[in-house]
Amino acid sequence: MIAAWRILHKDLVLELRTREALSGLIVLVLLILLTFTFALNPEGASAAAPAVQWVTFIFAGLMAIQRSFLIERENGAWYGLLLCPIDRGAIFVAKMASNVIVLGGAQVVLLALLVLFLGVSVPVAPFGLLFVNVLGLIGFAALATLFAAISVRLRAREMMLPLLVLPLLVPLVICAVEASRIVMAGGTIASAGPWVRVLVTFDVIFSVAGWMVFEQLVHE
Amino acid sequence: MNVHRRIAPFADRVLPLLATVAMLAALACIFLYVPNERVQGPVQRIFYFHVNCWWAAYLGFFIAAGSSALFLWRGGASYDRLAHAGVEVGILFCTMGLVTGPIWARPIWGTWWTWDPRLTMAVILWTIFAVYLVLRSGARDEPEISRYAAVLAVIGVLDIPLIMISVRLWRGIHPSVISAPANKGGLEDPRMVTGLLVALVAFSLLFLWLLWLRYEGLRLRDELHRLEDRMDESTR
Repeated sequence: MIAAWRILHKDLVLELRTREALSGLIVLVLLILLTFTFALNPEGASAAAPAVQWVTFIFAGLMAIQRSFLIERENGAWYGLLLCPIDRGAIFVAKMASNVIVLGGAQVVLLALLVLFLGVSVPVAPFGLLFVNVLGLIGFAALATLFAAISVRLRAREMMLPLLVLPLLVPLVICAVEASRIVMAGGTIASAGPWVRVLVTFDVIFSVAGWMVFEQLVHE
Repeated sequence: MNVHRRIAPFADRVLPLLATVAMLAALACIFLYVPNERVQGPVQRIFYFHVNCWWAAYLGFFIAAGSSALFLWRGGASYDRLAHAGVEVGILFCTMGLVTGPIWARPIWGTWWTWDPRLTMAVILWTIFAVYLVLRSGARDEPEISRYAAVLAVIGVLDIPLIMISVRLWRGIHPSVISAPANKGGLEDPRMVTGLLVALVAFSLLFLWLLWLRYEGLRLRDELHRLEDRMDESTR
């Protein structure tokens, strides 16, 4: 656990000193969102907001998570991590946690931009919206972190990460969009119950599975 | 290796014969023996192939996931090859299921495709395992790829129940024939049940035969690569 914390601390310090990941991610989120607003009919734009939000988030997020592994390639940092006398699962936990934190920052900005550009009304009970977003964020980060560890060592890495992750993400996309639709319209978490339950299951299964199989991926 | 030697004579000689006979019997059943369905007419006869394609596809994917898990746990090239063969044969039957479905749906539902849960599920499954094959084809002679592919197969099968639940929540017109009682959309004529069972046996045998062929193909390919490497070393 301490090992995971140390790696997370390293990633966060690195991010705080350079602000590379978050600033790039926020600009990318803004650009994808702008592209959507030009493509969408302004009349129905706010109804499409949950879908726009998650598609934007996923595509920008894939880039950011890929990057979190790419920076480890510089100066052989990755081999330094692997040589540490620690459980390899801790590397997964730390990488997933730092990705959750960076993507969480981008998601807050994304939600604000949705209010600004798509005319989404600020929800009366923001906790429901926050809860759904955190659940979607964790599940996405778990799956994408696991497969980024794979794709980063393939030749066609930019293409392979979305190929690997997008089909597996389908349950998360369906449930996050539907749950967001309900809470954005002012519904409670209870009324989004079935969707939220699938999201929680998804988060638990893939966080645990990622932690367990990560060892196999970095077996060298 | 011992298991392989014991299976080989049966799989090489008996299995193709059994699969051919069973497939001919299934075709005879489907076209000559089973009666026309009351409402749908002869179109319904595609059902005997369609359902069994899905049976073989799921069988392939679950075999792949099982042997991938064994590969991650214990290692061993034969688990890896079995997983690869399972996905290849599974995706063949999955594609056949995706082709036979719309052929039936067009006259009966009036549309080639709809986003019904089972259809959605089928497409997602196809994409997951198509990516598996893309991943495999990307790099030759890389031992790492085997482990990556195994992780994908295991995670893919873990994802199946979640996909099933979420697509069912999402949309819900596919007939439930097997699980429905006879008078409520199930199989009404006992001859239909016989036809389905004969086709099931035929598809299972065909599946096993193809799985064996692909397994042997992959084993021979690995053998060839090993020999090539040895030749390179000796000429150097």
